[in-house]
Amino acid sequence: MGFLGELKERLIFDFIEKQRYLYILKGLRVTAIVTLLALVLGLVIGVVVAVIRTAHDQTGEKGRQGAGGFVLSVLNFFCRVYLTVIRGTPAMVQLLLMFFVFLASSTNKVLVAVLTFGINSGAYVAEIFRSGIMSIDKGQMEAGRSLGLGYGKTMQKIILPQAVKNVLPALVNEMITLLKETSICGYIGLNDLTRGGDIIRGNTFDALPPLLAVAAIYLVIVMFFTWLMGRLERRLRESDNR
Amino acid sequence: MITVKNLCKSFGEHEVLIDINEHIAPGEKVVIIGPSGSGKSTFLRCMNLLEQPTKGQVIFDGTDITEKGVNINEIRQQMGMVFQHFNLFPHLTIMENLTLAPIELKLMGREQANEEALRLLNLVNLSEKADTYPGQLSGGQKQRIAIVRSLMLKPKMMLFDEPTSALDPEMVGEVLGVMKDLARDGMTMAVVTHEMGFAREVATRVLFMDEGRIREQGTPEQIFGNPQNERTQEFLSKVL
Repeated sequence: MGFLGELKERLIFDFIEKQRYLYILKGLRVTAIVTLLALVLGLVIGVVVAVIRTAHDQTGEKGRQGAGGFVLSVLNFFCRVYLTVIRGTPAMVQLLLMFFVFLASSTNKVLVAVLTFGINSGAYVAEIFRSGIMSIDKGQMEAGRSLGLGYGKTMQKIILPQAVKNVLPALVNEMITLLKETSICGYIGLNDLTRGGDIIRGNTFDALPPLLAVAAIYLVIVMFFTWLMGRLERRLRESDNR
Repeated sequence: MITVKNLCKSFGEHEVLIDINEHIAPGEKVVIIGPSGSGKSTFLRCMNLLEQPTKGQVIFDGTDITEKGVNINEIRQQMGMVFQHFNLFPHLTIMENLTLAPIELKLMGREQANEEALRLLNLVNLSEKADTYPGQLSGGQKQRIAIVRSLMLKPKMMLFDEPTSALDPEMVGEVLGVMKDLARDGMTMAVVTHEMGFAREVATRVLFMDEGRIREQGTPEQIFGNPQNERTQEFLSKVL
């Protein structure tokens, strides 16, 4: 039997026999669900935190007097604690804490993973959005306000649409990081893509093919997003000098 | 229309405005001149609270707008503002730039806003630009659009903060032209500018500011023909 024949047998043994490829497919499904839901959660948290932080920084000491100002200061304080803690500790530790401590009563591992990664990603997304908002000329806010639009409306209709466009590459980057970060899901016993490959390795005592397959799948997904980002950026650049 | 009482503004230690008292009556066209750093722009920006005064009152149409609980957004709708750098919204078409505020503020329906926008664009000969983006326009066109954007809200008064300072010389005329039309239609205007010709022609009153104070004021004839203050004389000898 030649080399190719051996390889074929090995692959059949690793993936086809006992339908082992299902570990990978089901794992991919879990990875996709966790990534997508965490991404949405992260975006929501990120926008809210970024707006609170910039609103606080943009209103001077004087503007912060009164009840509204006090609430803003308190919110800003919590946002800063959140950013410091989340960015200052490993995602892995956060995941374990969430699973064994904070959500120990929950049996839904997907939920635990989504919450952990969503909260984690939100901190990074917040700082990305904040830099995006800061990159918009302050004349834009002034123009909106001078037309009688409130702070929130101006933010929503004028500042954020421009900010999102500026930070889109950074956001896609964060999304790629998030996708790969979910590979630690296995530590709470959630059978994601990485774990799926690892289970096959454990069953067959053959490490290379399943782990290589897993790596290739991540790579293909990331390459797809990079390609998508490239297209999107080109389209946005076109609209710059319409 | 607008009264400013004991207005002071400091940025940290730096006092930009020192005890300004001024009244602008309906229909007046007040032009504010002075050297750079004299506080002209800050004074103008205090009138619609884009700059929060450190001390003093700004009374617009009988309302002290520096008081707590005043809905500043409602006040600002009645005070149009035009900026040196136009500040059009680059991600929106010209039409959307014009109609955003009136629609969001529920002052007009979309159709009505579009109609009004087209009417105003016609007045400044830019109706064919309705569906383009600000990035495609010249500076003069942008500034005319910015003026029209303020007019969409039918303001009682217009503030101009160096509206022609960022323009190439050949485009200054078209913007001043629109402002002159506005003046002729009776709009109350406060204009910070370096265009002395415009001040002479349009102003009902000229204020000369220096080091945070209004040093001298009068009709254009008085200020340009026979300035009394030493600083005014010095400034005018440099710019005229």
